[in-house]
Amino acid sequence: MSRQANRGTESKKMSSELFTLTYGALVTQLCKDYENDEDVNKQLDRMGYNIGVRLIEDFLARSNVGRCHDFRETADVIAKVAFKMYLGITPSITNWSPAGDEFSLILENNPLVDFVELPDSHSSLIYSNLLCGVLRGALEMVQMAVEAKFVQDTLKGDGVTEIRMRFLRRIEDNLPAGEE
Amino acid sequence: MGSGGVARERGGARRRMADAVLFEFLHTEMVAELWAPDPDPGSGGKKKSLSVLEGLGFRVGQALGERLPRETLAVREELDALKFLCKDLWAATFQKHMDGLRTNHQGTYVLQDNNFPLLITMGSGSQYLEEAPKFLAFTCGLLCGALHTLGFQSLVTASVTSLPACKFQVVIQKS
Repeated sequence: MSRQANRGTESKKMSSELFTLTYGALVTQLCKDYENDEDVNKQLDRMGYNIGVRLIEDFLARSNVGRCHDFRETADVIAKVAFKMYLGITPSITNWSPAGDEFSLILENNPLVDFVELPDSHSSLIYSNLLCGVLRGALEMVQMAVEAKFVQDTLKGDGVTEIRMRFLRRIEDNLPAGEE
Repeated sequence: MGSGGVARERGGARRRMADAVLFEFLHTEMVAELWAPDPDPGSGGKKKSLSVLEGLGFRVGQALGERLPRETLAVREELDALKFLCKDLWAATFQKHMDGLRTNHQGTYVLQDNNFPLLITMGSGSQYLEEAPKFLAFTCGLLCGALHTLGFQSLVTASVTSLPACKFQVVIQKS
């Protein structure tokens, strides 16, 4: 069977949609399995966390970024390296708190929500909540306890999608008693 | 988006693109989440979980198929549809081609993948054979859904003899 010239682009297009389509099917399934949006949000966060704690290894292996010295560096790496690598977008970083422990990631386009509309019955659903869990899980593995949450969502009619990231504390390695 | 190009196979080594890895991680988590043991042993919980995963795969396979250009969708021959699965669909989903395709020319096809990516994380050999069906359910659905969009009804099952090799059996249903 002779290869057609456009076959390569078809494969690539399908490849980029595979994740978003699978994610959409998952969210739909969870909405069937759980009675309310809050429970779905929690599941998405939990699943994202489980993904994040393993994704970080893949990320570190691929990206060769060194240890971040502060939260600002972390923000840069998240937006310019990690998001670009896995989702093909570069969110902008804004709204730093005076103490430097909070910032926002602004996503003009959220690739997860291509083809998605939220029905009125699911107005409390945080569709992309998996991302918050991923961020939380990944950062925990590099000794940072953070909080990540959506504060704006294009699915809910906002102009952009905004994730607010808050640094909580450094996670120290726990040494067993008696070992110094 | 992504680093461009499709499957790059050099000497058998499979290079996984970052966005493909994201799908694999999501898939693993979906298996863990949707496979929760059924508290009621009498209700056939195992089967129910399998079909949830298959159902998701079916919808994704259908949706992927629906996004193809018209020329590709105008596949008339069964064998061309199966070749499409083995080359295009597999390349898009797993960055490799199916390793073998056999048929009895009477509607039954066996698709062989010697190194199925979703089984690789499980280690090789026969220790985890019992777990393997969970990791194949979504993909069975995916094949079935893609075939459905191409105009073919099918029954797809999978079997594993030795990780990470597996076979997908596709039986085209005649109307």
